[in-house]
Amino acid sequence: MHEWALAESVIKSAVEHASTEKLKKLKETGVVFGELQAIDTEIFVFALEELRKQFAGAKDCKFKIIKQPAVFRCKACSHEFPLKGLRKTKDEAEFIHFVPEMAHTFLKCPKCKSPDFEIAAGRGVSISYIKGDR
Amino acid sequence: MNIDPRPSVIDERLKKVKRIIAVTGWKGGIGKSVTACTLALLLAKKGFKTGLFDLDFAGASDHVILGAKGLFPKEEKGLEPPVFEGVKFMSVVFFSENKAVPLRGANVSDAIIELLAITQWGELDFLVLDMPPGINDAALDVMRFARKAEVLAVTTPSVLAHDVLARSLKLYQSLKAPVLGVVENMSGGGKPKNAAAAIKFDPGLEKALGRPEALLKTAFASGLGRALKALGLPGPA
Repeated sequence: MHEWALAESVIKSAVEHASTEKLKKLKETGVVFGELQAIDTEIFVFALEELRKQFAGAKDCKFKIIKQPAVFRCKACSHEFPLKGLRKTKDEAEFIHFVPEMAHTFLKCPKCKSPDFEIAAGRGVSISYIKGDR
Repeated sequence: MNIDPRPSVIDERLKKVKRIIAVTGWKGGIGKSVTACTLALLLAKKGFKTGLFDLDFAGASDHVILGAKGLFPKEEKGLEPPVFEGVKFMSVVFFSENKAVPLRGANVSDAIIELLAITQWGELDFLVLDMPPGINDAALDVMRFARKAEVLAVTTPSVLAHDVLARSLKLYQSLKAPVLGVVENMSGGGKPKNAAAAIKFDPGLEKALGRPEALLKTAFASGLGRALKALGLPGPA
């Protein structure tokens, strides 16, 4: 249930953004799930529904989940590679789930085996858009 | 639009923490982590609800100093740090299987923000932060997000450590971070220069590492206890 903490950050950010942008009604928020963090959608959505009760500003907001594939770029050999095909144990996958940067400890560039790569896309949870009425 | 939602909940996570002490040092090997761990143990022994967060990702060593093995946070609306010797303890080693964590600066920042956002510290009197060495983006991020943090700087008698210290203290002033004071570690005796207190070099310290009970009985711990009083922090009875 560590998804709860991230769901709380999403709902709080959306409400704060609506207030900053003087939106009277928060209608829709795009929530990006980076493939690397492997967020459990069901738990996350459940947390959002529970948290909605504490955040009046998000009462009628629709949260649209957008899944983004992970892309890595090797700093040593410039090779670009996806998550699929990279070997990791169940424990390693769980550590990356909690802290995606642990990918640098457990994953390697499939071409040159360097752990010095950039997570170019699909790291974790972010907000891609917020719609509302002024 | 690309909003990072995590910083929005960091204040919430630290809301019930009364004081945050950021133990900082700007040179490696000056005793910053031993100071942070011993400080946390001393505070917990005095009955304060205490947390310890090892933020030195590249050289995490608090688990070795404490002898904390086989621990893992509990998943409960985030991560609840395990309690070791009365101290709520969080470290990147829980997630790295004690392997190297080869992170560039921006990645360290990202990982620190992630852990600050998901760690449920609950109610604490003191949260001791073992800071990343030097002033880099990770250290700057910690000071940005842990706004209540008070800096406890560790130095050594060496002119090299003092020179970096003077520059770094000016930087903390410009960041408007309150500085509790400077502790001179590995002192040869005598009055410390530009420091509130000195802790004599303790040849017995190394043998006590990994054993909290023994660590608290060292001359180093006694020296730190006296230093805490000089800094206005609660020392041992």
